[in-house]
Amino acid sequence: MFRLNINAVDYDLDIDPDTPLLWVLRDHLDMTGTKYGCGINQCGACTVQINGKPVRSCQVAAGKILKQRIVTIEGLSVDSSHVVQAAWVEADVPQCGYCQSGQIMAAAALLDRIPDPSDEDIDRAMNNICRCGTYQRIRKGIHLAAAKLAEKAS
Amino acid sequence: MSKGVAIVGRRGFLKSGVTAAGALLVAFHLPVKSASVPAVVIDESAVGDQADEINAWIFISATGVITVRVAKAEMGQGVLTALPMIIADELEADWSMVRAEFASANRNYVQSGVYRDMATNSSTAIRVSMPYLQLAGAEARQKLIKAAAEKWQVSVDACYAEYGKVYHRPDGRWFSYGTLACLAAELSVANVRIKTPDQFSLMGLPTKRLDTPAKVNGSAVFGMDVRLDGMLYAAIIHSPVEGGVVRNVLFNAIRNMPGVVQMVRLESSVAVVAKTFWEAKVASEKLPVTWRIGDQANSYSDALRDQYIATLDSPGVIVSEQGETTAALDSAETVIQSDYFLPYLAHAAMEPLNCTVRITAARLDLWAGVQNADAALAAAAQASGIRPENVYIHNCFLGGGFGRRANMDFVSEAVTVAKAVGKPVQLIWTREQDMRSGRYRPMAAIRFQVGVDLKNTVVAYTNHSVSHSILKDLGAPLRNGIDPTSVEGLANMPYLISHKKIAHTIKNTHLTSWFWRSVGNSQNAFAMECFVDEMAEATKLDPMAFRKLYLAHRPDLLKVLNVLEQKSQWRHNPAAGRAKGMAIHACFGTIVGQVAEVSISSDGGLMVHKFTSVVDCGHVVNPLSAEMQIESGIIYGLTAALFGKISIENGEVVEGNFDTYSMLKLRETPLMETFFMPADSDRWGGLGEPGLPCVAPAVANAIYKLTKRRIRSLPIADYFLQPV
Ligand code: FES
Ligand code: FES
Repeated sequence: MFRLNINAVDYDLDIDPDTPLLWVLRDHLDMTGTKYGCGINQCGACTVQINGKPVRSCQVAAGKILKQRIVTIEGLSVDSSHVVQAAWVEADVPQCGYCQSGQIMAAAALLDRIPDPSDEDIDRAMNNICRCGTYQRIRKGIHLAAAKLAEKAS
Repeated sequence: MSKGVAIVGRRGFLKSGVTAAGALLVAFHLPVKSASVPAVVIDESAVGDQADEINAWIFISATGVITVRVAKAEMGQGVLTALPMIIADELEADWSMVRAEFASANRNYVQSGVYRDMATNSSTAIRVSMPYLQLAGAEARQKLIKAAAEKWQVSVDACYAEYGKVYHRPDGRWFSYGTLACLAAELSVANVRIKTPDQFSLMGLPTKRLDTPAKVNGSAVFGMDVRLDGMLYAAIIHSPVEGGVVRNVLFNAIRNMPGVVQMVRLESSVAVVAKTFWEAKVASEKLPVTWRIGDQANSYSDALRDQYIATLDSPGVIVSEQGETTAALDSAETVIQSDYFLPYLAHAAMEPLNCTVRITAARLDLWAGVQNADAALAAAAQASGIRPENVYIHNCFLGGGFGRRANMDFVSEAVTVAKAVGKPVQLIWTREQDMRSGRYRPMAAIRFQVGVDLKNTVVAYTNHSVSHSILKDLGAPLRNGIDPTSVEGLANMPYLISHKKIAHTIKNTHLTSWFWRSVGNSQNAFAMECFVDEMAEATKLDPMAFRKLYLAHRPDLLKVLNVLEQKSQWRHNPAAGRAKGMAIHACFGTIVGQVAEVSISSDGGLMVHKFTSVVDCGHVVNPLSAEMQIESGIIYGLTAALFGKISIENGEVVEGNFDTYSMLKLRETPLMETFFMPADSDRWGGLGEPGLPCVAPAVANAIYKLTKRRIRSLPIADYFLQPV
């Protein structure tokens, strides 16, 4: 039995601690917003935040992240009001949508670190695959979110 | 930071979004006015007709919420918004009251095609369904008007519909649609008339997609997100060599692994069923299986490539012939010949294939993202033995389709497994299974030979292509020994040359081929449009000038070329170290011309900086999703052009995941500018596919300018590029 803190809720889990966080979320907790795309640290569809950093949940054994602050797409905001989510709607980013939870979690973590990222910052940080090719709009969405952040701050 | 403690044991959690009856309800909010209206509903109860629906497509509640049934798959292309727009426009609806719902394939079966063809392919969702969706909307509008006229006891001619209300013209009285819906549902109308394009009020306006809100908070339900009470998970292991069958399997070796429930042995695959997918996957990888594999095991892509190219020397089957090609070639001043080659490609949709099945006594329920719900119903009925009228397909969002999800192999397989298990099962293909047991874009070798006379005119043209035939794999009839999908873009090549001969040879391997975004155009436009640049060089013309000259008889293509020349600033030299390449191609009712701007670093690194696209698809329902589709086609096409290759060793597909089958990333994404030609006829061209075919040739043609080296096979990553 071990305890994970996900979206500010503690979950006591009686499962194999080697289970990757991705499958704990999907199969045990039915939090299906976090997606499986490759399972080998290539695509980023499974991106969540652990202590504010973007982490590929298919690569993290659940038993290794006790007492860490885990945030999934379901916990990014209660009402889709996070700046990145709002910007994504405004910039019409998603197509099929499958990669977008991961993209949004990665983008939100980038903005936490660099509130006004340059194109180069975005190139470096956004390494997730989108098979529908929404990249141009992801870039636009991140700049838009940065502008929203600046507006909030002023 | 913790707000509370929830104790969760294995599978002890309430199924999110799944009601006791198992109905999946995905409710979320419209971005615009009515925050209380869920924009998309996936509801398994929507099977029969509702008593008070206006027609099979439209249900209006007493509060005025308009539910439009969408009989096509939403795989990112935006039909869940565009198709309701068509209906809402005719209906004179208040768009903020419209929500979308997937139509029921069961109802389509039971009511003999009330939703027509639910197949979503060939960029047809709008092209083909347009007229009957318009009729459905117009019929509903006329019923609502008739209902108001009856209530007021006036003539229908004195009434009109606007923005969700029916008005009485003389005195301005009105009823909202919600108050008329019940009565309207009982009425019938004759002489339903649809609008002409100049009367559209909603179509043609960039409109926010209804599915965006659910796709930014994780609530959109894809096939893999379905959760049912008592559901088990299955991982599947297919024969590593296509066509192999299971010889021996030792379930005892994994029987006691955590979570493992049972094994289901099929003819050429084995499913491991467990309490979670992770447990199923881990156990399946440990399962000792041996396979009976025939000659296919001696198959290698390099050898296949050589065989394809060698076959180019044979005459092939004549597709079309005009003039005296042989004589014209003999008398030509110069003859140039080039061979092109394209490898197999996997679809690699972002969401690996999966399907969830629940079979109870005489009823089967199936949840999956499928490009053809009708076909899924038929496949499930066949695999289970349950009568089709008792099969219910709950179409989910597709995490990409690109053609792959129009093949029902994964559906039949999941049904067979669920039947053997006797409990609800979600069967998931790992990424590796998805890629290695794919249905591939055909491999092809393509040869061109042209003769040029003393005046630098191309006088003779021959073309022979050798490709893997999709129709032959399907056992479908060929046309005069030809698979028409194999010669798309070659058989109808538009350039005016007096003597020409086009031939084709079908050559299949042990792999199974399948429709891949833009089908034959994906390989043929690459070869064709690269070779057009070769012809331009042979005739000492600029690529744009050559195309204009040899397409002088095609005003439709010329128009696009002219706009492309201007928008891409074709005549202006690009920044130092960069070059522009172009291509033009027509398919699925749409013409696309593209210019790519590229550079190559001294260490051979290729950068595609910009794509300018000019699109003539005629009318556009939603310009927003239209533009997104072109961008999507460019990235999909560029990924294939730069990296795409499925190779075979010992009969097995080598590439298994994104580490070996590379994908374009954000940092490699060019700036994309897309221009749509104003509609000048009553044409509604497709958009899901036409953005793709020009991408590879435009890039290859630009590379030639920098390197003086022709790219005649893909992917470009196989070349070491050096600027001269
Ligand atoms: S699923 Fe984790 S990186 Fe792809
Ligand atoms: S939106 Fe489809 S994979 Fe990114």
